[in-house]
Amino acid sequence: MTVLGNLALWLALILAVWGVGVGFLGGRTGRPELIQSARRTTYALCGVLVVAGVALLTALLRHDFNVAYVASYTSRNLPTVYVISAFYGGQAGSLLFWGLVLSVFAALAQWVTPRRYNHLMPYVGATTCAIVLFFVVVTLFASNPFTRLPFTPMDGRGLNPQLQNPGMVVHPPMLYLGYISITIPFAFAVAALAMKRLDTGWLHAIRKWTVVSWLFLTVGITLGMWWAYVELGWGGYWAWDPVENASFLPWLTMTAFLHSVMIQEKRGMLKKWNIILISMSFLLSIFGTFLTRSGIISSVHSFTQSSVGYYFLAFLILLVVGVAWLLWLRLPLLEADAQLESMVSREASFLFNNLLLVGIAFSILWGTLFPIISELVRGTQVTVGPPFFNQVNIPIGLGLLALTGVGPLIAWRKASLKNLRRQFAVPVTAGIVTAALLTALRFGDFYAGVALSLAVFVVATILQEFARGAGARHRLHGENHVLALARLVGRNRRRYGGYIVHVGIVIYFVAFAGMAFKTEMEASLKPGESTLLKSPFGHVYTFTHLGVSQYRDVNRVVSAATIDVTSDRGGRVGVIKSEKRQHVDSFGRPTFEPSTEAGIHSGLREDIYVVYAGSVEGTEEAVYRFTLNPLVWWVWFGCVVLVAGGVIVLWPGGGPTRASLRRAMPGYAATLTGKPEPASETAVVTGGSP
Amino acid sequence: MIYPRDTRITRRAMLGAGLAALFPGVARSQQPEQAPNESGQAPSAPLPRPDMAGRPRSRVTDYENDPFVVGIESELRCTCGCNLSVYTCRTTDFTCQTSPAMHQHVIALMEQGKTGEEILQEFVAQYGETVLMAPPKRGFNIAAYVVPGVVIIAVGGALSWVLARRARLMASQAAAASNDLGDVPGLSSEEAARLKAELERLGV
Repeated sequence: MTVLGNLALWLALILAVWGVGVGFLGGRTGRPELIQSARRTTYALCGVLVVAGVALLTALLRHDFNVAYVASYTSRNLPTVYVISAFYGGQAGSLLFWGLVLSVFAALAQWVTPRRYNHLMPYVGATTCAIVLFFVVVTLFASNPFTRLPFTPMDGRGLNPQLQNPGMVVHPPMLYLGYISITIPFAFAVAALAMKRLDTGWLHAIRKWTVVSWLFLTVGITLGMWWAYVELGWGGYWAWDPVENASFLPWLTMTAFLHSVMIQEKRGMLKKWNIILISMSFLLSIFGTFLTRSGIISSVHSFTQSSVGYYFLAFLILLVVGVAWLLWLRLPLLEADAQLESMVSREASFLFNNLLLVGIAFSILWGTLFPIISELVRGTQVTVGPPFFNQVNIPIGLGLLALTGVGPLIAWRKASLKNLRRQFAVPVTAGIVTAALLTALRFGDFYAGVALSLAVFVVATILQEFARGAGARHRLHGENHVLALARLVGRNRRRYGGYIVHVGIVIYFVAFAGMAFKTEMEASLKPGESTLLKSPFGHVYTFTHLGVSQYRDVNRVVSAATIDVTSDRGGRVGVIKSEKRQHVDSFGRPTFEPSTEAGIHSGLREDIYVVYAGSVEGTEEAVYRFTLNPLVWWVWFGCVVLVAGGVIVLWPGGGPTRASLRRAMPGYAATLTGKPEPASETAVVTGGSP
Repeated sequence: MIYPRDTRITRRAMLGAGLAALFPGVARSQQPEQAPNESGQAPSAPLPRPDMAGRPRSRVTDYENDPFVVGIESELRCTCGCNLSVYTCRTTDFTCQTSPAMHQHVIALMEQGKTGEEILQEFVAQYGETVLMAPPKRGFNIAAYVVPGVVIIAVGGALSWVLARRARLMASQAAAASNDLGDVPGLSSEEAARLKAELERLGV
């Protein structure tokens, strides 16, 4: 299988080089045979990388421990689902996975993009092939998963216990899908720049790609939070670790892009900015990977250090220079069609939303890189941890939450005082009343109080929008209120789906605010002994230690400590079990340090989080950490709401309007200016179809 | 000898449920409070395989939950390379030997009567600034805290200034255009301004 895998990779290398060449030549000359070849090369590239992927998967499933990668990340007694997830659990496999998924996306982009965008496809193909080429080169020359060992071990080392969790089966692929799919909008941006077709056409072509990739990123990040919460055992879900930050950066710039793109579609403004944002998102996804793989910053998530970091650094520099050069060449074509007419307009509010999103991205990047900057400037290392990030980012985040409510209600172009009064009277009142109530109740945390007040304000703005829209349909068409609401959403999917996404974001903020009231304690308990812990909601939990039992499971010896939990208000809560797991290989030999499995009782108000820290003097007397985490369940629910909103936005049928398509058509601008499009570009439009 | 998987847990769960019913908790504080055992002398049976239950632990004392100790440890980074605070590491990574040692050091310094700031300085003197979870707000480190806010405010200010200027320009053009094109029926002043701007751009 390793021969097949290596052969497939070498073939992929040749195909990718060919794809880059014919794609760029095809785009430049407009020759149909070259364009056709570029398209077919993309499909072939996908095919050979699938073969490479199948070869690695087969080696993993067959326990071919002569393959270094298989021996390093799996063992005979590893459950099959984790054997499969080991595909992307290590450096070399994850790089192959990246190239493979990107080639699938590249092929999909060629396949599903409507014919009216055919003029962009040769350059899209060339760009995606160039990026696949990079990953194939890194896989072949720096981190090859098909490298064989000079001997065959009896058993493999096994997968890190912390990766043996259902969250880790789905979290990395989701995050990768998010990272990787950003390549497609970026490739369209490059194509639009190369073809000098900087109307809104390319934006229509990538509309769904951007939403899909943003959703993948969101789900991937949230699943990562869930995994950290249930598996790492520290009782939280976000630690501002450099690798977490690296995944958050492209999410922020993509969010900014999803907003600013509306201004270009509606008003023809921010053309340069949109190109910069989508390029920045892609570059940040590569930068995040560079951070994870290079070892320049210390992180618990980092892969083993290797030469891969240098490859990524060189690629990153090349990309930055290439994009900057292309952008510089096309600057004259990126002039706005219209000017901002008022500071009190939706355009202005979206601009400030962009400022804050990119501002948060900058502050996170600044904080992540500050240890390096400090070392360069002062020669002294510093640590930039959660206290810094919370202090700097919470106020900016709250500003952003406020704009989430403001933006959608302000009129395009220019809002009148009457418009503002009509739109904001109720939501602002609701927010102020909430703030007053929280102050009167002596709410314990300032930022949490502000977050809750703003959350009420934003939800009020959204409810008002739904109520007014449905009310208007009810009056105009005589539909009952439920039908009116359903049709309102169904016929304006992008707008109302977007509002539902905003509700999801608000839920996230409320859940984050809850963590300000996290309560925890440690206790050592003999069997039958109890301890008490007061909840932030006022009631008291009694934790009674039941004992510790040990047993053998699939690939581990488990020491399970059980706690009975009762509440002074709600009676018995239940039994919670936390485990210490000593993983062993198929010969019963310990493979890793013992890991901890937290026991979690999840509720709408709070989670009871129990961690068995170990035993006193090898007896059943157990040391526990008990944590009460308010509102954590709402983080996961917020993600569900957000995805539901995203699906509504993506639901087929909500494409660009005819008027908007007409504006994007070639020749539309030429009619006005009297300068017809060059003949070659028109030829590409007609000649590029398969 | 490893016990079969289910039996012991089930028996203990039943016993524990009965015990929990006998000892309803009374809220006093968040400090750990151990209720008396049913027999008064709880037997803690030895584990069949203590080597499989992680690193041996010592009993929790009042210091482990002392808000002062927890506060100090939350500001100190464990030097084992985990990037976590001493408090988070010692209550999460139970294989780490470093954070328990740093915890004992904090307690020792506290018992010497040192203040929180003095304890932090003691650690900084030993390990350097990198032992703090966030850079201290002095000297060059101030840049870490100030730069993001300054950049956002500066860019926001510049953006506001440019946008306000453009909006004013548009308004004045609208006013002028409404004079020039005032006789066009149904044309608002803004539309007149846009029309005029387009005509000028096209050189008409």
